[in-house]
Amino acid sequence: MGADLRIAGLHVGYGRIGVVTDVDLHVDPGEMVALIGSNGAGKSTLLKAVAGLLKPSAGTIALGERDITGMPPEKIVRQGLALVPEGRMLFGPLTVDENLAIGAHTRPARDEGVASDRARVQALFPVLAERHTQPAETLSGGEQQMLAVGRALMCRPQVLVLDEPSLGLAPRVIAAIFEVLDTLRAEGMSILLVEQDARLALKHADRGYVMRSGEIALEGPAHELANDEQVRHAYLGGRPETRE
Amino acid sequence: MDAAEFFQYVIAGLKSGSIYALVALGFTMVYGATGIINFAQGEFFMLGGVLAVWFHGLGLPLPVAGIAAVAATALIGIAFERVALRRQRSASPLVLVIITIGGSMVMKSLARHLFGPDELSLPEFTPGPSVDVAGVAVERQALWVWGLTIVAVLLLAWLYRRTKLGRAMRACSISHDAARLMGIDTARVAMVSFGIAAALGALAGFAVTPLTQTSWDAGAAIGVKGFAAAILGGLGNPVATVIGGLVLGLLESLSVAFVSSTYKDVISLVVLLVVLFVRPQGLFGTAQRGKV
Ligand SMILES: Nc1ncnc2c1ncn2[C@@H]1O[C@H](COP(=O)(O)OP(=O)(O)OP(=O)(O)O)[C@@H](O)[C@H]1O
Ligand SMILES: [Mg+2]
Repeated sequence: MGADLRIAGLHVGYGRIGVVTDVDLHVDPGEMVALIGSNGAGKSTLLKAVAGLLKPSAGTIALGERDITGMPPEKIVRQGLALVPEGRMLFGPLTVDENLAIGAHTRPARDEGVASDRARVQALFPVLAERHTQPAETLSGGEQQMLAVGRALMCRPQVLVLDEPSLGLAPRVIAAIFEVLDTLRAEGMSILLVEQDARLALKHADRGYVMRSGEIALEGPAHELANDEQVRHAYLGGRPETRE
Repeated sequence: MDAAEFFQYVIAGLKSGSIYALVALGFTMVYGATGIINFAQGEFFMLGGVLAVWFHGLGLPLPVAGIAAVAATALIGIAFERVALRRQRSASPLVLVIITIGGSMVMKSLARHLFGPDELSLPEFTPGPSVDVAGVAVERQALWVWGLTIVAVLLLAWLYRRTKLGRAMRACSISHDAARLMGIDTARVAMVSFGIAAALGALAGFAVTPLTQTSWDAGAAIGVKGFAAAILGGLGNPVATVIGGLVLGLLESLSVAFVSSTYKDVISLVVLLVVLFVRPQGLFGTAQRGKV
């Protein structure tokens, strides 16, 4: 478990429009790293490039010993990196169990590890066992987010990347999800976490990066960032410019 | 019209309806996996019949000729996806539609060139007098058409529900990006879907040739009907697609019974227009289910 992720000099955009410029970022094995920044800073764009959904125009992304720059997503997930995407992107009409099974797509169906991984995911999120035959689209928002995380865990990632897992959820549900992330990190999984709720993210992470207009504006240990004057002002001022 | 006569029309409707259903399933599958409306789907129907005649003419027994024709058409479908469509995947839908129309024209002219301009025929699978079904005489070949349709639909249901490939196909039809993030090779799913769609069309063409004959230009008309049936079924769920095919067949047949045979071929166009304007989600509202 737990490989390292190294991003160097990365440029990513949509067509001709550049969004992410010259980003250096790394996650060490077993580390939880938070990436924070306001709406439109380019956080999701960066994650899409990491997972292979967008091709970088320059720079490199390495996962452990492997260069994964420009690889398609279906190959990257086989290298051990799984993304819990913004908006969850569940297979709505399919059942909870089918969603989890698709998470294990890269492994043969008879693989014994698949059953034990499912049991493990259900132990982390018991509600996924209770609702196992229910279509994903009929779950509550919190349950859907748990399924999205569970589905990514079925990919057996060494690096787990999450895009705003707390978005729109009740505090109790957020706490449950972050408790699981803490458990995974304690077991040695590397985690890259994008969050708008900077306070929450910096409370759980080891280190953090602040992204502004596509660039890394600040980086450092999480507790230092949480006390940084600029960060406090821009991202921690009360309950910040929160969202719908 | 007495009951027996009415029943006769119903049987005729279900006969052509199951052919439409098989062709329509090809449309739905390819649309689900790739988002493409494949206007060459009718040509797979034509190839199934024409190739079976050719293989049979080479001396192969009828069942072997049929299997060979279905397999060859499946390979043609796969080749079509790989050669003509794969590299264009990011092109606009209009471009893709034009490519499938172009592909259809190529297949048609090649078929005419290789197999000639005439009507071609096959013997019935099990020649013999008609069978009595509830007082109505039904050709034996019609029973074959139904039987093969039922087997194909059951196999497809099993594929979708029970196999990893089927699950991957459903995942692709919901979200390509999410499927790729889970490691699904969407290009492979597209290719296999084209292969299966082509095989379904070819099976229909093979099964119906003893009844209707076939020729190089048999694809266009059936393509329109299959498309109308797929739209009627909502271009989503396979069961709805099959029902769409049967309903279209019945509508046609009953229009012959109650109105006039002049309008038979207009029915599918009317159905297309009405569905698209009034109920674009199809009869059962399964098209484009929301993505979570
Ligand atoms: N598909 C797209 N095509 C073109 N531009 C896009 C696309 N998606 C995002 N952008 C632009 O890229 C910029 C960064 O967007 P991105 O989604 O990466 O921000 P973000 O930091 O994740 O914001 P949020 O916190 O709102 O999720 C924005 O200006 C956005 O308008
Ligand atoms: Mg975002």
